[in-house]
Amino acid sequence: MATLRDETPLTKTIRLELDDWSGHRAGQHVDIRLTAEDGYQAERSYSIASAPEDTQLALTVERLDDGEVSPYLTDELRPGDDLELRGPIGGYFVWEEPYGGPLLLVGGGSGVVPLRAMLRHWAAGPRDVPVRLIYSARSLEEVIYREELTRLAEETGLEFHLTLTRQWPDDWAGHRGRIDRALLDQVAFPPAQRPLVYVCGPTAFVETAAQALVASGHEAGRIRNERFGPTGT
Amino acid sequence: MSPISRGFTGRRREGDDPSRVPPGQYVTADFPVLSAGPTPHTPLDEWSFTIDGAVTEAVSWPWEEFIALPAEDVTVDIHCVTKWSKLDTSWRGVSVDALLENVESEAGYLTAWSDGGYTTNLALGDVADGQGWVAYEYGGQPLEPEHGGPARLLVPHLYFWKSAKWVRGLTLTPDDQPGFWETYGYHNRGDPWLEQRYQGD
Repeated sequence: MATLRDETPLTKTIRLELDDWSGHRAGQHVDIRLTAEDGYQAERSYSIASAPEDTQLALTVERLDDGEVSPYLTDELRPGDDLELRGPIGGYFVWEEPYGGPLLLVGGGSGVVPLRAMLRHWAAGPRDVPVRLIYSARSLEEVIYREELTRLAEETGLEFHLTLTRQWPDDWAGHRGRIDRALLDQVAFPPAQRPLVYVCGPTAFVETAAQALVASGHEAGRIRNERFGPTGT
Repeated sequence: MSPISRGFTGRRREGDDPSRVPPGQYVTADFPVLSAGPTPHTPLDEWSFTIDGAVTEAVSWPWEEFIALPAEDVTVDIHCVTKWSKLDTSWRGVSVDALLENVESEAGYLTAWSDGGYTTNLALGDVADGQGWVAYEYGGQPLEPEHGGPARLLVPHLYFWKSAKWVRGLTLTPDDQPGFWETYGYHNRGDPWLEQRYQGD
């Protein structure tokens, strides 16, 4: 484990020096396994935040108060500690240049992590495919990779739409409220352009966003979902 | 041999019964939702359940006929490859044994297919003899779309991706043909007690 960086009050990015890594595809995840001195183990999945082109593998981890692995990763882990991980895992929630587009990325909270890997991969390539990111966060301070995404939007063809759902600055000129059909109809590629859509976030977010996309006329078969977290029901 | 994670003690769940919770799993009271695409909403008057493929004669039941088939109530533990297990879940549905009762076939495998395009493969030996159901009630209520309603496959002794949501049919096959997650790196069989999560396990 090489370095740790605070992204937001609840998230940290862990950069790893790996002894033996076969490479990954943008959107995949890894399993991290922790082992206590008495042999007790806990293992959870985390999306890879870095692009295949990046020199170090990066994971951005959100601290869950009732979590078992994430508080260790955000609060206890120090540079130089060993981490056991397995992967890359998953082959469906993946984007690569030949998949084409237009590429529509829809993220809620830390669901932006695998989308950021796709964006970095896209930015490292020929950028032939138009791309839009619609990102929903509770407040400005909880926006992960804000500087990087803003810079990408300025320097590349990325269209970046940020919506804040709970708190926003007085002079906030961006979108407010949760991602719904009205917002999607306003800022997403129109269904006639048949965008390839990746939706990632908490379960309820993904359910709502995917249903709104289908209701707007987007093809269900071109909407790929990745969900995390309990339903609360 | 796993390295010790310095400073990690873990949140042990002393109450978890190792005879019921497979290795690497934790018990949750929630019912998390996982799926690769949007939730389909097929109206019941357009719904049917079909058994076809390597069979002498394909058979299909519209919804009303399907729920009139002899049903069973089962209470089982379920285990998701993403590490959660949920104990004592109660379901009502038709056993795969009952569905295959009048089907003539030499096939040894099947592909369960679903609205939305999902598929998963199973050996007949893993769903026969009281091991598999097509369930349409959960906890005494109609199965919600998010959890696979109107009906989902229920094969509780394997990881839950084998229990295909929104299932519409079983296609019997002479050979084992990997389904959706099975072609994306997940284990072909998925026995939670052997931790068969990914290819190579």
